[in-house]
Formats: sequence, structure tokens, C-alpha cells
Amino acid sequence: MTATSTPPSTSTPYAELKAPTAARRLLTQPTTGPLVALLLACVFFSVSTDQFLTGGNFSLIVQQVMVVGTLAIGQTLIILTAGIDLSCGAVMAFGSIVIAKMAAEGSLPPLAAIALGLAVCGGFGLLNGALVQKIPLPPFIVTLGMLNVAFALTHIYSEEQTVTSLPGPLTALGQTFPLGKTDITYGSLVTIALFLLLAYALSSTSWGRHVYALGNSPEAARLNGIRTSRLTIGVYTTAGVLYGIAALLLISRTGVGDPQAGQTDNLDSITAVVLGGTSLFGGRGSVLGTFIGVLIVGVFRNGLQLMGVASIYQTLITGVLVILAVTVDQISRRKAR
Amino acid sequence: MSRTSRLPSSLLRAAACTGVAALALTACGSGSGSGSTSTGSGEVKVGLITKTDTNPFFVKMKEGAEKTAKAEGVKLMTAAGKFDGDNAGQVTAMENMVASGVKGILITPSDSKAIVPAIEKAKAKGVLVIALDTPTEPQSAVDALFATDNLKAGELIGEYAKAAMKGKTAKIAALDLAPGVSVGIQRHDGFLKGFGATDKDVACAQDTGGDQSKGQTAMENCLQKEPGINVVYTINEPAALGAYTALKAKGREKDVLIVSVDGGCTGTQAVKDGKIAATSQQYPLKMAAEGVKAVVTYAKDGKKASGYTDTGVTLVTDKAQDGVASKDTAYGLENCWG
Repeated sequence: MTATSTPPSTSTPYAELKAPTAARRLLTQPTTGPLVALLLACVFFSVSTDQFLTGGNFSLIVQQVMVVGTLAIGQTLIILTAGIDLSCGAVMAFGSIVIAKMAAEGSLPPLAAIALGLAVCGGFGLLNGALVQKIPLPPFIVTLGMLNVAFALTHIYSEEQTVTSLPGPLTALGQTFPLGKTDITYGSLVTIALFLLLAYALSSTSWGRHVYALGNSPEAARLNGIRTSRLTIGVYTTAGVLYGIAALLLISRTGVGDPQAGQTDNLDSITAVVLGGTSLFGGRGSVLGTFIGVLIVGVFRNGLQLMGVASIYQTLITGVLVILAVTVDQISRRKAR
Repeated sequence: MSRTSRLPSSLLRAAACTGVAALALTACGSGSGSGSTSTGSGEVKVGLITKTDTNPFFVKMKEGAEKTAKAEGVKLMTAAGKFDGDNAGQVTAMENMVASGVKGILITPSDSKAIVPAIEKAKAKGVLVIALDTPTEPQSAVDALFATDNLKAGELIGEYAKAAMKGKTAKIAALDLAPGVSVGIQRHDGFLKGFGATDKDVACAQDTGGDQSKGQTAMENCLQKEPGINVVYTINEPAALGAYTALKAKGREKDVLIVSVDGGCTGTQAVKDGKIAATSQQYPLKMAAEGVKAVVTYAKDGKKASGYTDTGVTLVTDKAQDGVASKDTAYGLENCWG
């Protein structure tokens, strides 16, 4: 599922892009700031409410962010190449309807339906990537168009009907297992595993370094022998497959196939990426930062709800956080120059 | 891009975010009057989850819930989806409320079917769940339903329109809500039933999402398709006002009959002004007030509300028709919401 298109890295012409040691990376990553913010938020909510600081509540937060989190992994990959994907939520919704309908009403076995859903989402990614790379068109426009295409297909194919009575395997990832006194869903583990896998791929494989190089300067990357066209298409396709996994997680979480799902998830995933310290201009950031960004949103929503703050304030605060994060990104860039 | 300035920038980022934590405090201090951080464990908490935060109907519902919660001495928590149809947002709000120990949850489901598994989880933890305004599918998924009878609301304006047409041949346009949404379907079907018509008699049917500008576009297109339209059924008053604007542009506003459902204050005023002939008024404040009271009863003596409670609907018009019971707009404006 990781697009392991790893061209042989015989030489290292990108000395400045070489991965620093683990310890140094921890200190110098742009994720340090978001992490501190996340911890501060946790401290704040632990003091403010009795219910926040429990294992069950943390498990709940991870469950609540797993869908957007998985989308945000794909979004991070694309933003690292200086692109953007507005279609992720719509593609996921289409994938979820394909999986749900194929398994519940079509006669496909659940696993085949899931495979088909992943393939369909991957196909959307491939198409996005090809249009961005081959014509070429700006990612914003391509994915804006694809957002509408996927949205419409979802509603046409579902006939606006929510798909219920899903076979067991589709909701298996929403089931829980006890860990001490806390119930953890399998889906949360899948999401965390995906984050770790992609974080490893980005930081420790030549594929990952090529993605950063592409985001910093596509021309320089091309001149350095990176097959930028294949790489770009691969990144969009990988993202598409990740949206397919998000679709499965969504189904497992809500227990139904919902054609209305995912309508704001494209923006939510971008929010998570930005809060996690990844630059919207490409080439800077990390998947682990995105995980922290996703958690920041989840913790604020959960914590404010526990405090009894109306949901409109959650939106307000998320908006302020995003502007602050981008401001800090800009200031630090200017200083770096 | 050098990595040398990362550390200070990280600290800057952290500092900025601390500011936001402070903002959270302020927000809760000023927001909705329920921001006290002392959540004594003995206090009864009631959750209200609406479809959106912005629709005046739900704003009124929230107001009703807040008033009753204050009078009953319980704490109200509110949440909403980001848009009409945001099931995932409602599920998340529900989980968080259950985690915070609410005794009961009042919900207007954005998706009647998709919300059911989350409701079942909440009920399994002993939380009383009451649907307001919109029933779940199946309706038995919640403990109780406090709502307008939407079929009846449609029937009232159907009967009214039939009487007002006085035997003239009707060419009907239906400005509906959205496909698959039960409220819209029930009102639409109720209108046809009251009018004594079927879907075959509808000359033009368009979805509006209950939105004024989309209602206007829909009406413009319907007039293009079928200029002879003389009866317009609309899902709600914003759609009706959009239709009125489109008709006025064609100089047709006097000879086309518009009927609607909802009873919002803007809509009721439009009935008074003669833009809309009649509307079926419903009572969101009452739904919420009764819902909060039901949770309080459950908290006190463990008695769960059950079944369907009709919160009433009244036909409001200033041009009453023989044989159709109605109230005038003076009554309507006194009881309107929004």
C-alpha cells in the first residue's frame, strides 16, 4: 500500500535533505510546537473537567479522529509535493458507498467489496495524479472538479439512500477489545499503524526523500534524476488508496453507508495538516505532525464538549488555531531566509 | 530550507497555541451561560444535538431547551452538525456527551437511519434518548419522539389550497427539500393527500434544500418549464419567499397561490404581507421544553418517556377558507419561532 517505487539511491546528491539522526529530528522537527500545544490543551482540559483524563476518553478521541486522520495522511503526502486535495472526503464517501452497497445489496463477498472500494478510491487518486502531472493542471482545480464528480457519483449510485444492515466484516474495525479498563477499537490501531508506516516511508526511504525534494523544487528534483512524473502520480494514487481505507474505517465506525458523509472532511484534513506544522507550500512537514494536528482538533472538540461549550465555539477556536499555525509557519520561514 | 531556526519557531508555535487555550476559557466564560467549570457530579446534565447551529428553527429549539433547563435547575449541553446531513458530527457529539455523563440526549437526527447505531450505544449506557422534530428510522430506535406531525402539516395546506382554488384546474409546482429526507417527503405527501392529488398531477418538482435562493432558482426553472403554474407547495418559508421573488419578476405574484410549512417569524410575516397564502406552523420551542422535562423526570424517578408526542401544528392564514380550520397571523406572529 505504500507506493514503494524506490529508485536505487546509488549516490546522495541531496546532501541537505539527508535525514538527520532520530534524536536531532525530535528536537528540530516542526512537530515540536504542535506537540507542546497538544499537551497544553490536554493539561487544560484535565484541570477543567473530571471526565477528560480517562483512558476511555482518550480511546474515544482516537476513534473520533481515525477517519479524518487517515484522510489527512494522504493529504499530507500531496501537500508535501506542493499540491492539495479537495476531493478526499468525496472520494472516501464514494468508496464507502461502493463497499457498503456491493457487500450489502450486491452479491460480492465483504472482502471483495472492500478490495473493490480501495481500488475505486485508488483509481480516483490515479486520475487526479495523471491530470495534475500529464496535462498539467493545477491540483486545486483538478481536485475541485473531482470533488464534484465523486460527490455526484456517490449520490447517483446510492440513490440518496443510507445503506444499512451491513455484513459483519465491514464493521469489524469498529469493534473493540479491552486493554486494561479501556476499550480500544481495531480501527484506531489501523490508523496509528498507517501513520507510523507512512512516517517511516517518508523519513527513511529514498521515496520519502524524493517526495520532499519534489515539493521543494520539482525542476531541481527532475534534474537530479528523480522521475517526478511517476512520483507525483504515485503520491496521488497512494493517497487515493488511503482514502479507501478511511472509507472502510468510516463504515466500521458508524455502522452504515452514508452518502452524506465526508462533506467537510477535505477541509478538516487540510486543517490537521496545517496544525501539524506541514507547510502548504510543499517540501516541509511530516506525517507525525499531521497526527498531532488531528489530535489537537479532536482534543479541542471533545474537551470543549465535556466542558459544555457550544459547538460553534469549537469551530471558532479551530479557525483561530489554523491562522496561528500558518502565521507561525510564515514567520519561521522569513527568519530562515 | 535550513533547519536551524526550527527550535525557536516551535516555541513560538507553542506560545501561540497557549493563547488559544486561554481563548477557550474566554469562550466558555461568555458562551451560552453554561460554561461553569464546576461540574458537580450530582448535577443532572441534558444534551441537545441539532442538525446545525445556524438554522433559526434550531436556534429557537435551543432557546426553549435553555429556558426549561434553567427553570428545572439542570445543566444543558448543546452541539450540532456542521451542515444539514452531517451524521458523523452528530455521532461525535453524542459520544462526547455520553462520556461527560449526561442523563438524557435530545436529538434532531440529520440522517434518520445513519444515527441509529450511535443512539443504540448511548441507550446501552442508560442514557434516555429522545428524537425532536425528525423521527429516526425505525422510530423505535429512540425512547420517545417529540415532533410535529409533518404529514398532517402538509395535509392542512393541501386542504387549504384545494378550498382556495375553488374548483379551478390546478397546475402544481412542488419545491421540495432534498431526496431521501423524511420530513420533506412527509410534507410533500401530506400536501398531495390534502389536495386530493397525486405525484402525476405535479407539473414541476424541484429540490431546494429549504434555501431561499435555491427556491427562487427552482421556481424560475419551473415557470420556464410550465408557465401555467398556479399552485406552489413549498417545503418551508424561505423556499416560499424565493418562489415569490421569482413569480414577482414575472408579474405573476397575484395569481399564484403559495402555501408552505414551518411558521417561522419571517415566514409568518410573509403570510401577513400576502406573499404566502397560508403556512402550517410548528413549535420547536415546545419540542425542546418537553424534551428537557422528560429527561428531568427520568433523572428524578427513573421513568422513561416513550412513544410519539405530537407537539402540534396550526394552519396560519389571513384569508380563511370555509371548512378549513385556521388561525390568523396575529396568533401566528405571537407563536412564531426565529
